[in-house]
Amino acid sequence: MMLENQTLAPSDGYVTADGRQIGGVMMDLRNITLRFGGVEAIKDISFDIREGEIRAIIGPNGAGKSSMLNVISGFYVPQEGEVWFNGAKRPPTKPYQVARQGIARTFQNIALFEGMSVLDNVMTGRLRQMSSGLFSQALWWGKAQTEEVENRAAVERIIDFLEIQSIRKTPVGRLPYGLKKRVELARALAAEPHLLLLDEPMAGMNVEEKEDMSRFILDVNDEFGTTIALIEHDMGVVMDLSDRVVVMDYGRKIGDGTPEEVRNNEAVIDAYLGVSHD
Amino acid sequence: MFYREAGDFKTSYVADSQTFPLKLDKVGFWVTMMVAWGVIPFVITDYWASALLVPFLIYAIAAIGLNILTGYCGQVSLGTGGFMAVGAYACYKLMTSFPDVNILIHILLSGGITAAVGTAFGLPSLRIKGFYLAVATLAAQFFLVWLFNKVSWFYNYSASGQINAPERLVAGFAVTGPASPAWAQYLVCLFFVTLCALIARNLTRGSVGRSWMAIRDMDIAAEIIGVNPLRAKLSAFAVSSFFVGIAGALFFAVYLGAVEVGEAFGIQKSFLVLFMIIIGGLGSIFGSFAGAAFLVLLPVALKIVGVDWLGWPTDLVAHFQLVIVGALIMFFLIKEPHGLAHIWGLAKEKLRRWPFPY
Repeated sequence: MMLENQTLAPSDGYVTADGRQIGGVMMDLRNITLRFGGVEAIKDISFDIREGEIRAIIGPNGAGKSSMLNVISGFYVPQEGEVWFNGAKRPPTKPYQVARQGIARTFQNIALFEGMSVLDNVMTGRLRQMSSGLFSQALWWGKAQTEEVENRAAVERIIDFLEIQSIRKTPVGRLPYGLKKRVELARALAAEPHLLLLDEPMAGMNVEEKEDMSRFILDVNDEFGTTIALIEHDMGVVMDLSDRVVVMDYGRKIGDGTPEEVRNNEAVIDAYLGVSHD
Repeated sequence: MFYREAGDFKTSYVADSQTFPLKLDKVGFWVTMMVAWGVIPFVITDYWASALLVPFLIYAIAAIGLNILTGYCGQVSLGTGGFMAVGAYACYKLMTSFPDVNILIHILLSGGITAAVGTAFGLPSLRIKGFYLAVATLAAQFFLVWLFNKVSWFYNYSASGQINAPERLVAGFAVTGPASPAWAQYLVCLFFVTLCALIARNLTRGSVGRSWMAIRDMDIAAEIIGVNPLRAKLSAFAVSSFFVGIAGALFFAVYLGAVEVGEAFGIQKSFLVLFMIIIGGLGSIFGSFAGAAFLVLLPVALKIVGVDWLGWPTDLVAHFQLVIVGALIMFFLIKEPHGLAHIWGLAKEKLRRWPFPY
């Protein structure tokens, strides 16, 4: 059913195997090259992420996947190439501005605010929606208070959704690993992002935790219509969850297409089974 | 037995996010406020005011200020003494230039001026952190003290180089100058402590406070989540310096009356306030009060025990005090990095479950 990427016009959608309608291009990465000194972490990579899809980025360790997410979230500025978001070319943008445009993310090594409660962590994700000034907040009057209550209500919906009600007042530092991952997802979701970037959401989890997390990812996509780009090493998860997959190796793109296509791609098989590079 | 949350249900998010969620805490708070506002002013003596209460209240403001910056936003500062000096000299210049304006407004304005100066000295924090930032703020400390010594405009060209607080009235009562009664000094300080604690509490429970804590806990992640680091750090410097400036203005105008900058606002003052928040608890407003109370009370208590009871010479007791404070700092850093506030929190948690801890 799925066609090669190149044959699909940017504004056209497509229908996935499970019958979901995918929209036009939301994030378009064009010829991205990223260097650290003499090392080229990403070499001339182009791919797009479409409205409503679950897009996986896979590849062996050191392939440049996390660097790619860091380019999308504005943490790295690529030396060459263009980032197009919602049909406009993005100038070099600070990470917090990218976040405010509606791109949220989780991190490979959990990056929660350890000294704060779960609730405060998730509330921090709502900064995009909160705008009351210093003076209003100092007096806790007017906008500061109404805004806090409105956003608290929104955060409570996320907390319900991810089933972490019982730990909402617990300091994050006390939580076990699996729950921390879930709180991190909650913090990203609290921003009501258009595009959600997940950097190895299932790393270090056991089978049940992976099942839970997969369920949450699918539900997020389904219920909120959030576009998701994820990096993951568990091939079973990737093949089940994602609509399209980008495969990277040594900073290059070596495959792009449906899980089916990628699985049968010669270069991908080589990269994963290990063929000498010459 | 009596201290528990069972049956204390919250039905709105406003009720759930209030400062004292437990009823007993709330009662305790209002009793404290009533005693502080309604009882102490009538019974206060000169000794209590000058030895304990007024310095405690002023240091509490300074400690809240430094705690905002260091405890909440994670930016270490050794410039507290310098910023207090800014508040003091700003207040002095305002008092002498505009004698007709109410002193309370002058003190608030001094806080505002200090906020501007503090923000300027906070600019390096955008590039450097940790030890390096501490050294940068240390430079601010020495520079400001040098400035107030060197430029005689700041002390109105007086021969001694000192600044002296002229008498100023609030509602007909002198609050500054040698003739001001103890209760008036106390009430002015109490007013500002209440104001500052309220502002600090409000700021730290809203989105501004969460941005500060996010920067403290993991600055890179905070930025990717959507915290503007420039805004968060500079607002922390501004708010912190505002409080420290008010503390400096009160310290000069109400408490000491006459100030020589190197003596009153030297590097020791920076360390003293830093010790207060370490012992009291980083990232806690209650801790700021606890730390200030502790370090104000300690020398007085030691003097009573050492000099009055045991008959030791005064200088020996003073040296003992240094040893004890040093030992305490090490003890707290190792055993209880969250300070007295954490001990208090643990005690409350235990009490909640008492007598059935399981």
